[in-house]
Amino acid sequence: MHSILEILASEGRCTAEEIALRLGMDANAVEARIREYERNHVILGYHAVVNWHKADDQRLFAFIEVKASPERGLGFDRLAEHIAGFPEVHSVHLVSGTHDLNVVIQGRDFREVALFVAEKLAPLEQVQSTATSFVLKSYKVEGQLINTEGEDHRLAVTP
Amino acid sequence: MTTPRRPRIARNIADLPPSGIREFFDLVSTLENVISLGVGEPDFATPWHICDEVYDSLRRGRTQYTSNLGMIDLRREISRVLATRYGAEYDPENQIIVTVGVSEGLDVALRAVLNPGDEVIVPDPSFVAYGPSVKLAGGVAVPAPMTEADAFKLRPDVVRSRITDRTRALLIGFPNNPTGSVMTREELAEIARIAEEFDLLVLSDEIYDRLTYEGEHTCFATLPGMAERTILLNGFSKSYAMTGWRIGYACAPRDIIAAMVAIHSYTMMSAPTPAQIAATQALRHGEPDVERMRSQYDQRRRFLVQGLRDIGLGCFEPLGAFYVFPNITSTGLDSQTFARRLVQEEGVAVVPGPVFGASGEGYVRATYATSMDNLKEALTRLARFLGKRGTPY
Repeated sequence: MHSILEILASEGRCTAEEIALRLGMDANAVEARIREYERNHVILGYHAVVNWHKADDQRLFAFIEVKASPERGLGFDRLAEHIAGFPEVHSVHLVSGTHDLNVVIQGRDFREVALFVAEKLAPLEQVQSTATSFVLKSYKVEGQLINTEGEDHRLAVTP
Repeated sequence: MTTPRRPRIARNIADLPPSGIREFFDLVSTLENVISLGVGEPDFATPWHICDEVYDSLRRGRTQYTSNLGMIDLRREISRVLATRYGAEYDPENQIIVTVGVSEGLDVALRAVLNPGDEVIVPDPSFVAYGPSVKLAGGVAVPAPMTEADAFKLRPDVVRSRITDRTRALLIGFPNNPTGSVMTREELAEIARIAEEFDLLVLSDEIYDRLTYEGEHTCFATLPGMAERTILLNGFSKSYAMTGWRIGYACAPRDIIAAMVAIHSYTMMSAPTPAQIAATQALRHGEPDVERMRSQYDQRRRFLVQGLRDIGLGCFEPLGAFYVFPNITSTGLDSQTFARRLVQEEGVAVVPGPVFGASGEGYVRATYATSMDNLKEALTRLARFLGKRGTPY
């Protein structure tokens, strides 16, 4: 049954009808299954994977490594959910390794991101330290290669 | 200076029929904005870990000849995979030879076993190189027609009717290019019995073995009594998206492999070393890639077959390879005209069926080894070509 999710995860615009055809299933059954995924938040949303640079949009991404103190009984959950609430925050993950939370920030420019870290993130009580890495250039985003000028190198007709 | 007075090209080469693929390619190359369903290779790039392994090998200077038979590591992997997947037992020391694609394997195998004038029964339609390869090896290809009514399978009675005193071998390839037909174990067993009865060799080209969508592929050599008379040909082009690497292999009884090595060692020396390294990596770590690509092909297969039927083209259901072979007789056009007009008027390239043998008349081959977007656009154009109002997509 994960094949429906696999298709939608890479082709969000694929219709239930087409998925049904491709998987040899009934269209109504696929439709119902997708609704169920949406209702249960297995599917959280659909969006385009955009190459902002090419769209001449100067928006900036930064990775913030956050070291923090866990709370008794809660670990990092409350802090992480608090951070996730800010609209500037693109994603938040609890990670293993030298820091605890990995926060991805999306901002209009360096200043906006720096101010967010200085004014919103760093002052949070549990936060011990932050280290900010600005994204200078992206090569692959959400499974998509940025250089997708991948023409078909095949000859037009072959045996 | 004197003008040469004798024909310069050898008679058997001058007599080779021109490749229909070539002619059609030349036509398509003059047009723009063509969606090609005429391609006989995967639209995926070779999995990255395979390329990466080869980069690393080049950095380490592994650029020398290998054994004539091919790298022993690769032959061991081939042996392991055939044993675990099909229960086919081949000794990597002397029953496996690594070739430059199935094309070379086929050529060397035919030259190793045919005496001048020996006949080889070849399914019709089938891969374009079968007939010419037989001819170049001094043999005579005898077509055994397959029809849509028989799901493009080789019928035992048709095979029997083609056997003469000169028949030396059968050359089969299932899943079949161009039809996508497959034969079950029981059906192949009947062919095997004929081989036994008339003491024939069987060259089995199983290049599409991993692209079988329902049921399991039967490795011909595993049928009763067939290990002794089968030359199994396979390669990496289709399963692992490695067409340009030109790498394949042949497995057969020792005496036949020895004969093949004798030819191969003088004409090829050894298959390219980087390609052998790539193939080894593919067999060791490429299984998830095969599954990923097969699942994509399978989805597109269902989509294209239904799409063709929806716009009024009858289409036999292919169960293997990555082709559909729709019946275009309802259009009143012959295959060549259909294909030529389709590409000229709507910019969709398909291959006329007769390129693959006389029994291909009335059909065209279209591949689904292309993106879903291309398939959708091709169906839209095809529907327009067929003069239908509106399209299902």
